Amino acid sequence: MEELLEILTDMHPDVDFTTATNLVDDRILDSLDIVSLITEIDDQFDVVIPPEEIIPENFNSAEALFELITRLEEE
Amino acid sequence: MLFNSLPFVCFLAATLILYYLVPKKTQWILLLAASYVFYWIADWRYLIFIGVTTVSVWLLALKIESINKEQTDYIKQNKASMSKEDRQAYKGRMKAKRWKYLLICLIFNLGILSVTKYTNFVINNINSFLSEAKALRMVDIIVPMGISLYTIQSLSYVIDVYRGKQEAQHNLFKFALFVSFFPQLVQGPISRYGDLAPTLLGEHDFDRKTVSYGLMRVLWGYFKKVVIADRIITGVTTLITGGEYTGIYVFVAMLFYAFELYCDFTGGIDITIGIAEAMGIKVAENFNLPYLSKNIKEYWKRWHITMGTWFTDYIFYPISVCRPMLKLTKWSKNHLPRAVARRLPVYLSSFVVWLATGVWHGAAWNFIVWGLMNFVVIMISQELEPLYSRFHKRFNVKGKAPYEAFQIIRTILLMSMIRMFDCYRNVPLTFKMVGSMFTSFNVGRLFDGSLLSIGLSASDYAVLFVGFAVVLTVSLLKRKHGEVRDLFYNKPYFAFYNVMAVLLVVILVFGAYGTGYDATQFIYNQF
Repeated sequence: MEELLEILTDMHPDVDFTTATNLVDDRILDSLDIVSLITEIDDQFDVVIPPEEIIPENFNSAEALFELITRLEEE
Repeated sequence: MLFNSLPFVCFLAATLILYYLVPKKTQWILLLAASYVFYWIADWRYLIFIGVTTVSVWLLALKIESINKEQTDYIKQNKASMSKEDRQAYKGRMKAKRWKYLLICLIFNLGILSVTKYTNFVINNINSFLSEAKALRMVDIIVPMGISLYTIQSLSYVIDVYRGKQEAQHNLFKFALFVSFFPQLVQGPISRYGDLAPTLLGEHDFDRKTVSYGLMRVLWGYFKKVVIADRIITGVTTLITGGEYTGIYVFVAMLFYAFELYCDFTGGIDITIGIAEAMGIKVAENFNLPYLSKNIKEYWKRWHITMGTWFTDYIFYPISVCRPMLKLTKWSKNHLPRAVARRLPVYLSSFVVWLATGVWHGAAWNFIVWGLMNFVVIMISQELEPLYSRFHKRFNVKGKAPYEAFQIIRTILLMSMIRMFDCYRNVPLTFKMVGSMFTSFNVGRLFDGSLLSIGLSASDYAVLFVGFAVVLTVSLLKRKHGEVRDLFYNKPYFAFYNVMAVLLVVILVFGAYGTGYDATQFIYNQF
């Protein structure tokens, strides 16, 4: 989780990702951020997020994203 | 049978009455029959094309679903004996199997779309490199009405089944209705199966409010189309034909076309959504006050929304996060500056998306250039964002009404200017005419009576001005209160019906029918 928070904070230093829960709906993360995030996750976690998982619910909070990574790692 | 023709109004009335008279279980069958009659009246040969797409997508989606099911069952049964690696390898093999069928479906259906829509465009381009004697002959091929729309709508369904996000529809005829639902067949919106099917295939009781709301929206759509778009089109056509109207008149054409296209397209979509609503069917919204957008990115989230989300979900993200792209990004991180490496996948995917958007809009270079111009402007805005941010902080203008008004006007002008490629339908001519706006300052010509010689009379201008004021007022009310119809419905009930009656009279009296009126094609019907 800390690794993920680091990636996110690196993108938007002004956002508190431990509490934010509407990252996509509030347009904090745009398509550029999401694609960058996916490449970083592939790099650091060796997990490829497939296009069908790119839905707001999976990217609205750091926690949801971490859950997604964990689920994909287990699969 | 165009939406704004009398036969269509009669067809619609008959369908709506029958819809609430037949047993509820058979409502969807009535709609399927009506949709195929609608298409058959347009040209019986179209039925072959839509039939082939329907059956092929339906069959292949079932096949893909059966592989999904086989995979789930196998893993369930062998969970205990399978290692993680075994499971991943098995999933990989099954995915490859599903992919094979999806690929067949994509190639087959995009192949039909390409052959019907783009063959002559390709021949034309090849001929530009050949001498006249060697030139290839153009082919006489029919382009089925709405083929681009129903093709990509059907493909979104099969891709969703492939992704495991959507269960396949086992009834061919129910799926056929999803592909051919007549109100949205000719100009969209581009629906997703999961969003549309529940209400499209559902059973609906007659409900006065639902039907009234739907019909009110239909009338609002006709008002925009028949009273405004069909009237202003005369002026736009004169201004963009012949290359005579340069300078300030290009600016006038730009604004007139922006207004025409808005009223034409949103009017058509209002009619579509309204018809569906009157039957209790929920069709996705396609616009959200696009001309009140503060920047181009926001504009494209509010204009033709279902097309934008389709391209994002089925082209942009799959390209951005595919293995080769991830490899390229990794490589560029090691060999290129970090800022460039970060942008590379997004910019490459965006380029493909906008190229595809241009090609999808039409088989002509002007559409391709239009698409790429959007790409260039959006990328420039993206790069300038930090600068804007500093400017907003430094001058504290963000959220202030005058600055917002400036942002809205800037966005309208920029989008309208790019849209001139669509308007003139000729790339060099568009550059020349738009260029003349900045070089030929013939503002005086606006006041020498020329505006009355472009096919619009003083009374036309009066109707257009009032129409503009009404559309703007309704838009602002919508922004402030949400659903505008609630404002009337919550009053004594006759207020709502009075507004409907007034709208109907206005459409009948002020509709641009002219002598020997011939229903004007909707701009977006060509897709």
